[in-house]
Amino acid sequence: MSSPNAAYPDTPDTNAKPKRHEWPLWEIFIRGQHGMSHRHVGSLHAPDAEMAIKNARDVYTRRNEGVSIWVVEARHIAASSPSDKGPLYEPSESKVYRHPTFFDIPEDVGAM
Amino acid sequence: MTRDEAFFEFLCRMGDNTLVLGHRVSEWCGHAPVLEEDIALANTALDLIGQTQMWLGLAAEIEGDGRSADDLAMLRDAWDFRNVLLAEQPNGDFGQTMMRQYLFDQYHLLMLQALAGSSDERVAGIAAKSVKEVAYHVERSRDTVVGLGDGTSESHRRMQAALDLLYPYVGEMFESDAVDAAMEEAGIAPDPASLRDAYDAALTQTMAEATLTLPDSRFAHSGGRTGFRHTEHLGHMLTQMQWLQRAYPGATW
Repeated sequence: MSSPNAAYPDTPDTNAKPKRHEWPLWEIFIRGQHGMSHRHVGSLHAPDAEMAIKNARDVYTRRNEGVSIWVVEARHIAASSPSDKGPLYEPSESKVYRHPTFFDIPEDVGAM
Repeated sequence: MTRDEAFFEFLCRMGDNTLVLGHRVSEWCGHAPVLEEDIALANTALDLIGQTQMWLGLAAEIEGDGRSADDLAMLRDAWDFRNVLLAEQPNGDFGQTMMRQYLFDQYHLLMLQALAGSSDERVAGIAAKSVKEVAYHVERSRDTVVGLGDGTSESHRRMQAALDLLYPYVGEMFESDAVDAAMEEAGIAPDPASLRDAYDAALTQTMAEATLTLPDSRFAHSGGRTGFRHTEHLGHMLTQMQWLQRAYPGATW
């Protein structure tokens, strides 16, 4: 499943080694002011993890969007293959009972 | 020289440093080697211009002559500017820009940290707001100087050349004169010379990590912060920066 272009499985893997003089690609995840989890916001290039965080700060949090940044090199992301989507996702389409919408949630429980 | 005259002079030094360097850095907008650096440099430039508004705004208030921060920025000629010569030096290549930035940021951080304890609340307030921005500037420029200095043979060569070129402009930031003495006496600002030891310690550490050699000579060009003599570069920069207000006096958005 994992390949050098795992985060973008549809992109042809033209060259296993990164091009010379090219910084690696990093995927950026930001947790917003009121967000409970980090969300993928985009990607950028940087020579190392520390610079990726700094670049993410400059590119993606200019308008006070975030309180926390995660970066991960794109090649470390293992991704499902789009051609597998039939077997992977279609079986759950007919199983509406898996949605927890049939239960009453007490108010004290709070956000879930 | 009255205390307010010295105060005005001091505020112009702070504001002109950020104005001139901010404009220099903004010259990279759309030209930086990679998109990420382009945005980062634009952010730094905007931070510096924002700080300029506060410093020159207060300068205009202290002067009490009906001038605004905009008037001071856009309608003074080169000999009235009080920025250090380092700030007006041309961008050169990206490495030279980042070396200039680091040499200034490190001084700027120490100065603002001291100013945060100023006896003048307005100065302390501006410093407290600016110091957070500048702590990030120095972190970024320092990392880049280390990364490029301890990088490839070409990046190392360029960074050493940038350091050799710009180091003679470092000494001016730590000069003291009658203005500084008046500011120190009033508890408004520290004597710049008192920041030199901490600056040297930081610089030595950074350059060691960057595998760069600090020049032996402490010879320093000066004349910027006193307005005695700027380098030829400032006038050229002002013709661009001030063009609109000069061509269309009083133009507004």
